[in-house]
Amino acid sequence: MISNASKMATDSPRSPSLWVPKTVVIRKITPEVENVATYHLAFTDADAAASYRFKPGQFNMLYMPGVGESAISISGDPESPELLDHTIRVAGNVTRGLTQLKPGDTLGLRGPFGSSWPMGQCVGRDVLLVTGGIGLPPLRPAIYQLLKRRQDFGNLHLLYGARSPDVLLHQNEFDDWKRSGLTIQKTVDRSVFGWKGNVGVVTLLLERLHSFDPSNTVLFCCGPEVMMRFVARTAFDRGLTAEQIWVSTERNMQCAVGLCGHCQLGPQFICKDGPVFRYDQIAPLLTVEGL
Amino acid sequence: MTLKEENHSEENLPATPHHEVFVAIDGFALLFDVLKSSGFQIVGPTIDQDAIVYDQIDSVDDLPKGWTDVQKPGLYRLNQRNDDKLFGYNVGPHSWKKYLFPPNVALSIGKKNEDGWEFQEAPDDPPKLAFLGVRACELAAIRIQDRVFVGGDYVDSTYQKRRQRILIIAVNCTQAAETCFCTSMDTGPRCTDGFDLALTELDDGFLVEASTPEGKAIVDQLITLEVTRKQQQSAELARQNAVDQIKKRMDTTEIRDLLMSNLEHARWDEVASRCLSCTNCTMVCPTCFCSSVEEVSDLAGENVERRRQWDSCFNLEFSYMNGGVVRDSTRSRYRQWMTHKLATWIDQFGTSGCVGCGRCISWCPVGIDLTEEVAAIRKDAP
Repeated sequence: MISNASKMATDSPRSPSLWVPKTVVIRKITPEVENVATYHLAFTDADAAASYRFKPGQFNMLYMPGVGESAISISGDPESPELLDHTIRVAGNVTRGLTQLKPGDTLGLRGPFGSSWPMGQCVGRDVLLVTGGIGLPPLRPAIYQLLKRRQDFGNLHLLYGARSPDVLLHQNEFDDWKRSGLTIQKTVDRSVFGWKGNVGVVTLLLERLHSFDPSNTVLFCCGPEVMMRFVARTAFDRGLTAEQIWVSTERNMQCAVGLCGHCQLGPQFICKDGPVFRYDQIAPLLTVEGL
Repeated sequence: MTLKEENHSEENLPATPHHEVFVAIDGFALLFDVLKSSGFQIVGPTIDQDAIVYDQIDSVDDLPKGWTDVQKPGLYRLNQRNDDKLFGYNVGPHSWKKYLFPPNVALSIGKKNEDGWEFQEAPDDPPKLAFLGVRACELAAIRIQDRVFVGGDYVDSTYQKRRQRILIIAVNCTQAAETCFCTSMDTGPRCTDGFDLALTELDDGFLVEASTPEGKAIVDQLITLEVTRKQQQSAELARQNAVDQIKKRMDTTEIRDLLMSNLEHARWDEVASRCLSCTNCTMVCPTCFCSSVEEVSDLAGENVERRRQWDSCFNLEFSYMNGGVVRDSTRSRYRQWMTHKLATWIDQFGTSGCVGCGRCISWCPVGIDLTEEVAAIRKDAP
């Protein structure tokens, strides 16, 4: 018996290379907080621009020739893909290299890749967005979509934690988001003079949160794995089940299409099966050290 | 389908799936000429550095005539046979994946001009290759890599292009190494499909079966004879000899759940105390597909190539992420390799990643045998 894959391997028309990036130009760079900036990118090729669409939670591979590629979540509005926002913290060679670039410079982009936040699940339900630090940008496209069709959803809450007040991201948009119907609570690990908000981990905000119906709520969480585990645990205490929780995971991604092996977590390729998973699909894997 | 029904359908008869002809040993050299005149470069077994490896070969003289391999955990040696068999060995350190999934290949090139970066596919025009001497376990390995590289949502075009330009001439094993366990993985030793031609070596020539029009076109140019009953019987005996010599077993019953429910088993610590994390098992494995991409730039940094190289889950930096390494112990890396190969591969690709070729056992410098590791974990299973 010759498997279907082998038939495809020998008979199918040749597939285009997955490895050739499209050229994008940096239109603008918005400094956010220390070591974090948003790069607003546009395709130089009109066809590429016209055909490109992404969903909230997906990522691109940004390529600095001579340095390498890095997987970066798209942080802008999915309905305005003509300018692609990537909010980037300096963490490695590529992200450090990007700080040397200026508007008008070009880079390579492959994407979009990966699974997305299940926006359909939010309709008619309360939505809790729980995140920390650089975990907010991957949720930002979801926030834009929720607020654009605000009437389709129940209560919308953003619970956002950061190390300190000066590294809270996208604060210049918070007033807009509040006016559009998102309640926002912030907390920081370390207070500074003048900070009048909460101090402590983000799960404290979830413990105290009112005005949501646990039986009719979805929770999206993006942050370090340990944070996501504690958020899920707190959510269980508040009456949610694992089937109501989605998390965005991270591993070393290189090919972004499940062919290089780097990002495996048990049976999952984080790049193509994730990064967004329903919690019950991934939870048992997150608790095994070194998996 | 029941066994009885199978016997009614001639196509599914395992014994002689295709019409066989006999090619005398004197006429075997003609195969090389026919392949070359059909536009193929021939790659096949030849001796290099005391091992039977796969390389470009030009004539029958390049084949390991009269040699065999002796294999045990952590051991591979060549011994002289007492006959002149051309394919009287099992498998060496190479596999055919080096031709389909090259160890180092250019993927894309970038050029900087006054408008900025421009990218295009790296030029890639692989030759038509005839694989000579592909074993049943290796046919299975190619089927598995087909699923990995072509069978999913994303198709690897470098693999696909090479895959579409090969002719596969399989050889049925007539003996087995101590490290062979294809019968446990249901991949051999008989070549049943996935080839253009399959040979069974006898003392004075080969039984040849063609299973594709391309294979048939090659056979039609050879000097062939009808197969005698005696030759048929000799071939059956020789192929049965390989089955009988396989002593190694791996019990694959519920193996996915067995391994994934034992991720904290003490055996992982025990095997980690022996494993050198050297990556040999992944390099010799005919299905391992992990790779990394690196940048190759000119001095000005204006002409840049991206090259993909084989990598291994045993390398520390393989799981590097944001200033840390996910699998920072040999225990976690051996566990990743073995659970991926035997368990999560099934989730991902609907097949085991292991074909039972035994290479990882022979080429492990400390002789770790994954069949023993599975057995040790199974022993403690409820």
